[in-house]
Order: sequence, then C-alpha cells, then structure tokens
Amino acid sequence: MQEAMINKAKQLLADGTVNRVIGWKRGEFAYDITPAVFESAEELDSEFVYDDFTSANVSKYLVKECKKEGRILAFLKPCDTYSFNQLIKEHRVVRENVYIVGIPGGPKLDAEKIKAKGITGILGVKNENYTLKIDTVYGEETMPFYEAILDKCASCKSKKHVVYDELIGEDGDVLDSNRFDMVEKLENMSAQERYDFWREQLSKCIRCNACRNVCPACTCEKCVFDNPNSGVENKAPADSFEENMFHIIRAFHVAGRCTDCGECSRVCPQNIPLHLLNRKFIKDINSLYGEYQAGEDTTSRAPLNDYNKDDCEASIVHERGVE
Amino acid sequence: MQRIGVFVCHCGTNIAATVDVKTVAETLGHEPGVVISQDYQYMCSESGQNLVKNAIKEHNLTGVVVCSCSPRMHENTFRKAAAAAGLNPYLVEIANIREQCSWIHKDIATATEKAVILGKAAVAKVHLNAPLTAGESPVAKRALVIGGGIAGIQTALDIAEAGFDVDIVEKNPTIGGKMAQIDKTFPTLDCAACILTPKMVEASQNEHITIHSFSEVTDVKGFVGNFTVTIKKKARYVDETKCTGCGLCTEKCPMKKVPNEFNMGLDNRSAIYIPFAQAVPKVATIDPNYCMMMKTGKCGACSKVCSVGAIDYKQQDKFIEQKYGAIVVATGFNPINLDKYDEFAYNQCPDVVTSLELERLMNAAGPNGGTLLRPSDKTHPHKIVFVQCVGSRCDDSKGKPYCSKICCMYTAKHAMLIREKYPDTEVYVFYIDVRTPGKNFDEFYRRAVEQYNVHYIKGMVGKVTPRSDGKIDVQASDLLANEQLHIDADMVVLAAAIEPDKTARPLATMLTTQMDTNDFFTEAHPKLRPVESATAGIFLSGACQGPKDIPETVAQASAAAAKAIGLLVKNSITCNPCVAHSDELMCNGCSSCEKVCPYGAITYIDKEFRMPDRTTALRRVASVNPAVCQGCGACTVACPSGAMDLNGFSNSQIMAEVDAICK
Repeated sequence: MQEAMINKAKQLLADGTVNRVIGWKRGEFAYDITPAVFESAEELDSEFVYDDFTSANVSKYLVKECKKEGRILAFLKPCDTYSFNQLIKEHRVVRENVYIVGIPGGPKLDAEKIKAKGITGILGVKNENYTLKIDTVYGEETMPFYEAILDKCASCKSKKHVVYDELIGEDGDVLDSNRFDMVEKLENMSAQERYDFWREQLSKCIRCNACRNVCPACTCEKCVFDNPNSGVENKAPADSFEENMFHIIRAFHVAGRCTDCGECSRVCPQNIPLHLLNRKFIKDINSLYGEYQAGEDTTSRAPLNDYNKDDCEASIVHERGVE
Repeated sequence: MQRIGVFVCHCGTNIAATVDVKTVAETLGHEPGVVISQDYQYMCSESGQNLVKNAIKEHNLTGVVVCSCSPRMHENTFRKAAAAAGLNPYLVEIANIREQCSWIHKDIATATEKAVILGKAAVAKVHLNAPLTAGESPVAKRALVIGGGIAGIQTALDIAEAGFDVDIVEKNPTIGGKMAQIDKTFPTLDCAACILTPKMVEASQNEHITIHSFSEVTDVKGFVGNFTVTIKKKARYVDETKCTGCGLCTEKCPMKKVPNEFNMGLDNRSAIYIPFAQAVPKVATIDPNYCMMMKTGKCGACSKVCSVGAIDYKQQDKFIEQKYGAIVVATGFNPINLDKYDEFAYNQCPDVVTSLELERLMNAAGPNGGTLLRPSDKTHPHKIVFVQCVGSRCDDSKGKPYCSKICCMYTAKHAMLIREKYPDTEVYVFYIDVRTPGKNFDEFYRRAVEQYNVHYIKGMVGKVTPRSDGKIDVQASDLLANEQLHIDADMVVLAAAIEPDKTARPLATMLTTQMDTNDFFTEAHPKLRPVESATAGIFLSGACQGPKDIPETVAQASAAAAKAIGLLVKNSITCNPCVAHSDELMCNGCSSCEKVCPYGAITYIDKEFRMPDRTTALRRVASVNPAVCQGCGACTVACPSGAMDLNGFSNSQIMAEVDAICK
C-alpha cells in the first residue's frame, strides 16, 4: 500500500496535478506516525510512511493547506473523507485546491494497548494472519491483532469514501456499527452513577487542548478558549466545574457537525473517552430529528440548523432530561 | 463610570400590593453604578415620566432602569421620555416586576425578593448597553389578502379604494367563500347572493385587485413592509386567460357523478365545472380525480367543444413570487365534522342535515331549485326539529369549548323562513340558551317565536333515531316543563359548531403568527388591537380570528384594511436597531447563520484581511443586512464561533443578567 501511494504521489507531482502531498512520516518512535507535507519525489521516497500505526486524520490540515499556492494531494481514509466533506459543507476548505486519493481504512493499531500488555521498546509491527508480531528492542513479542486496534476502529461506522478524485483499491460500504452501545449503557445508569463515571473520567483532564487541536470540526478562526474577551480563555482546570464544562462546551460546539472520526479520544494523553459525549449528541439527533450523518454529503440541511414542521416539540427534548 | 437611575413603579396596587416597592428602590440604590433610585405611584403617567426626565438631566444619567410592567406595554413610553431628556432611548432597560412578578406571586416577601433580583439583572445589563440608532426600510406598496370570502373581498376592496394594489389568494376555483353558499341573511332576510355577488364582480373589475383563484400561499419570507410570498397557482387544466365561462364543456362532460362541493354534496356536478353561476373568475376547472381524460386518456369531450381552445390537460402548477408590504389573513371557517355525533344519526339518515346543507336545500340555485324537500324521498317535510349547539359550548373532547355565535340567529332565520313559505310545517328549536345580542337581533328572534309560532324548547336533544316508516324519532327533554319529549320529525337540522379552516395552522407557521388552542388567530391585544396579529404587518380579517356573523366580519375586514392602508401609505418604516452583526475577525464563513435566518438577512462576502503573520488572506465572512434583520437572535445561537452578536441583547449582556440573577 505504502509503495502504491508513493508511486501515485510521485506521478501526480510529476505531471503537475499537484505541487504538494500531505501524508505522514515517522516521529520519534515507530508508532508516532505524524502528518507531514512533502514537496518532492525524494522526500516521499525517504520519509513517507503508511502503516498500521498511521491513523491520524489529515483533513483538518487541509483548512490551511488548501489556501496556499497550488494544489495539494491528500490521502484520505474513509473516516477522513467524512471530516473533509463536512469542512466543504462549512466552506472551510476549497475543494478545487485538494486532489483526494481515497485509500482503504483501518483497523489501525493503538500503541497504548500494546504497551498495556507490558510490551515496550516497540520497533515495528507485522500483522500475520491477525496475529500481531511486534519487533521490540528486547526481541519479538506477539499478541492477537484485534486486541491492539484503536477503539474508534473497533466501532467503525463506514468503509465508504464520501469524497474523492480517485481511489487506490476498492470502495467499501457503510457499516452497521455498535458505536452507540456504550452511550446506551451510560443512558441506563442513574444520574449519580453517570455523574460519577464522568467525574472519574474528566477529573483526569490536564487541559492540554489536544482534543480540540486535532478535532476537524474545531476550525474556528478564533477559538472561544483562546479568546481573551470570552472570559474563559486558557483557563486551567482549576476546579471540577472547569474540568466538566470544557468538554461539555466543546461537545456542544461540534454537535451536529461532528462526524464521529474519534480523533479526540485517540489523541487524549489521559485516555478520556471523549467521543462518548459526541456520540450522545449524534444518537439524540438521530432519535429526535431522524438519522443524520454529518459529512455524508455537502448539501443537506443539518438538523440543528434546520427547522421543519415535523421537528419534535421542545417539550419532548425537555422531558427526556427528567429522571 | 456609569451613572444609572432606577425607577420603581407601584402601578397603583398592581405591583405595590404584592411587592414592597420601597424596599426594592432602596436595595437597588446600593447596586454598583446606581446614583438615584426612586419609587412612584404611576411611572408611566406624565408626572412619572417627568421624574425620569428630570433625573436624567439632574444626575447626568448614562442608563435608566424602570421596574414596572412588561416592556411590551411601556418600553416605548420610557424610551421616548429618555430621548426627550437627551439620553439615547436604547440606554433604557425595563425590569418586568408586574406580569413576571407581582401578578403571579401572593407572598410579599417572595415577590419583593424576586423584584429585587429582576432589578439587579436589569442594572447589570444596562451597564453594558450601547447607544443605538434606528435605520429605515422601505415599504412595498402592495397588500396580500389570503382568503377570498366576504372578509377577504371587503378588505381587498377597501385597500384598493385607497389606491394600493392588492392580491387575493383563494384556494377554491372561485371567490365568494361561505357567504356565497348562504340563502338569506339575518336580520333583514335579504338574499346573500344579491348583496355578495356585486362585491365579487367589483373585486374582479377593480384595476388594483388581482385575484389568484385556485391558488395557495406556499412560502412567506421577510418582515413588515417587505414580505416575499410564493403563491402556488394550482393547475386547473383550463387556460384562465382564454376561457370565457360559456359552460359548454360542463354540459358536454360525460362524467356527471361528482359530488358537488358547492351544494354540500347534495347533488352532483361534472368533472369539468364552474362552481356556481356567479363564480368569479367565471372559468372552468377540471377535477383530475374524476376526469376520464386525465385518468384513462380517453374522452377529451371538453377539449373538442371548447371554441377558444382553453383546455390544457398537461397544465402544471405554477409558482409566482411577489413582494408585499402588508398581509391580511382571511381564511374563514368551516362547520365541524359530525362523525363523532352518533346520537344525532347524521351519518345514518340523509334527512338529518347541517344548517349549511339546509341553506343549499332552500336556495333557488340549490339541488331542489329552492323548494324545501327531504333529501331521502324528495317529499315536503311537515315537522322539522332544529338542534342547537351541536359541538359548541362542549366540555368534552368531541366538540369546541366556545360558542359558535352565529347559530342562534341563523336558526331563527331558518325557522322563520320555513314557517313563512310552508305554514303547514311545524318547527321545533331545541336550545341551551338563545343568544341574540346585536342590532335588531333579539327583535328578530322574538318575531320567530311570537309571529311565526316557532316552538322554542329549552333542552337538549338526547337521541335521534331514524324509523323504518321514514319518520325520525327525536327524543329530547323540555327543561322548563321538566318532561321528556318524543317528536316524530320529518327532518332534523343540526347547528354544527364552526371551526377555523384547516389551512390556517400551516399558514400561521409560515407567517410566524400566533394561534389559540382552537386554531383561531390571536390578535395583538384582545381589546385594543383586535385586527392586528402580534407579528408586525400581518392583519386579521373575519372568522379566522373568532366566530363572527356577516356584519361583524365586514366591519372587521374594513378595520383590517384601514390598518393595512396605514402601513402602506408610509414610504418607510423605522427599523429595529437591535439587529445582529458579525465580528468578521471571528467569523468562519460556515453558513450556519445564513441557514437559520428566517429573513434572508445574511449574505457572505469574500473579504481581504491582514493576518497576524502580516500576510493578507481572502476570507469568506458573514454580512448582515441591518434593514432586513429583525433581531430574532437565531444566528447568534447557531454561530459556532461566537462571531454573531445582537445589538441590545449581546451575549455579554445576557451573561451579565444571568450572573446577576444567579449571584
């Protein structure tokens, strides 16, 4: 796959279709695969990486990249295309300035899950018949492949590319995922249990802003948390109220726009399952206003900024909150 | 530093009986920035206003808080007073301590505490108020009347008389409405058609009036003075401009078994039809549900006989868009459906009819040419029972809680007409109360009882049972004589309650006007603004606002016209300066605000910006047209980046109020 992608990128650079390529390169460790922009065949040959650890969604980078001179090639996994489509819908990217090559998606690996098995010093991995062979500085280790995949891949919603110029490999289908199972479990808890669950999770927050920085829906020119006039700028999570509200406000801001790409939970250094907040919104929107998948298309009206006569009454929404 | 004045009104005892106004004034006097805090018996009176004006001058106030009634009542009064004293009127805030406090609380301590909190919130807000200047927006010199019954026709004629163009949109193929179906009118017994049809003709001939018959309003955008309305002209499969109304097609049409709506289904019409002889416009309409050509492709008789070639089986619905300054709603009423009233056997016996059906049975243009005959066997009825309040004044879920108002009078009219024309007929009227307030109304009713010997019996009919011999057994109670009655009637006439037309509710949504629980349009004030809706530029005419007889409907129709004319004569109206604006440096250009804006006030522009890194970038940002924005605030909520804000109700002002309340 990596080689096919490099060849495709070189060809598009050579024929002048694009003048840059956004892909990934290795970070400090084998599992730190980081988005990067390449401008020449040589750079591609020496640094371009696409492997089982390559899970970062590059859509958000395109907000800035597409405003530069020339056209950029982007390799998008199915989940990434939903993010990109949503950005088109919100006029945050210039579609013509991006050449999209759709690539097959995950499942991708979660280095944390491998480390949790006590495996350290990871140098590389190989998937052999769904047994993960891990090359470490201390020798080879193995574990079942599916025990090492990212949570967001375990509840994958779609293998379909919703926007692309060309594809490498075959396009997939929208999947029947179990992504709302955990939300349902939380809904069935008592208010106190639910509060305790979230307090335990959110109290871990160190307010590093990684979730916001990675979120493809968080592309405001000036984030409310960076705005000195907002009164909530760069506050440390000094108390439990701050800890809770930061994430709840963020979930509200992306409600109806979040495509459920799962990047927030993936990058959280404290392993807070932030995607559950977003999924709660998605689930509620589906049940109150009809099935809606953000990013599925660029023209439909989003339920939260559309009104029609079949919309449920506000009182119904209100009553749902009553225990 | 702000210098704020607080003025607490007693409103006689309206506020002062439940709120300790002295304590409120005293407590608010200690709020930051407050330099003077007073109470007064009637702040809206001349001397009360002078108190405010003098304080503004004396203390050089930068903001005013009036703790009084709802801002809907007197905000304008105090804004004008402030302006007269040289203070920008938008630096005045009202704390509603009457409707939202004294009127809903009984305990003085609680009410006083709440009044203080509401006052503190207003003080917190006024700290952040900025002076605003109102702009102006032009008025489209054209009115739209929705509904072409007597109410709509009268309103249109009056507006046209003042020289303004007016369009009538009528959903049926002809204007005329319910009045066209009525035989005679109370209390003068003149013929309804004789007084209505000249008005219909006048409307069609008036150069200022355009009639869109067989049409519906499908979309309304904009605001007072600047409505943009989409009208669907439904396909009638006949070219209106060519049809001469000769009626040859209706004679030749082989499909003659279509229930005739105009005669309440008591006889049949052809598939291509003109509702009645005096229809306006007198143009044929094809009913596609019955036309053989439309259903099977075989026939075409009408097309063959039409000498002007007006028939067009392929006609499509047409949409037209028009700008209006004012909209008058005149959607009228219908009798309720009587399916739920099994006890009156309406669905079992053809000789049990509604009053509107009786109108058609007695009308010269009706199914029997004006002779009153039983629908079942076409014989003369000799005993007729009228049942009042069928579905009116009901406390169960079957009927309506209100009085339909017109039934007592039309029943007296029916009884009188029958006794006059057929003196051998006995007429019984069962009533709960006879309600006849109105000029010459009670005299009319008494004439029915005293001169025409109509048997008025106080009591309700319990059961109506059709018998095999063709008679109808009416079981009823006479409450005054305290006895049960059995009457073997030939006909039973039910005074069905009236309800607003079904099209009214979706229309109310389009117009963003309010309705009551019975789907009657709500007037802006039940006493002082009876023909205006709470939405500026939308007026109410006729029975869409509540049950009404013809004289009242016409009076209200003219009143609505006067209000519409009052708006149309203005070249421009003062805009509300409390409009939205976008902070371009924060705007993402995502289009959320544009999507929620009900007025189409938001557009996007590509604008060049100096970026922090000293480059310039072209960015898509929202731009609000202040002349179109109505300040509803939907965009400020939808904006994900917080770039949208509303003058006079800014996010920071609202937060300051909330903080003051929660402190």
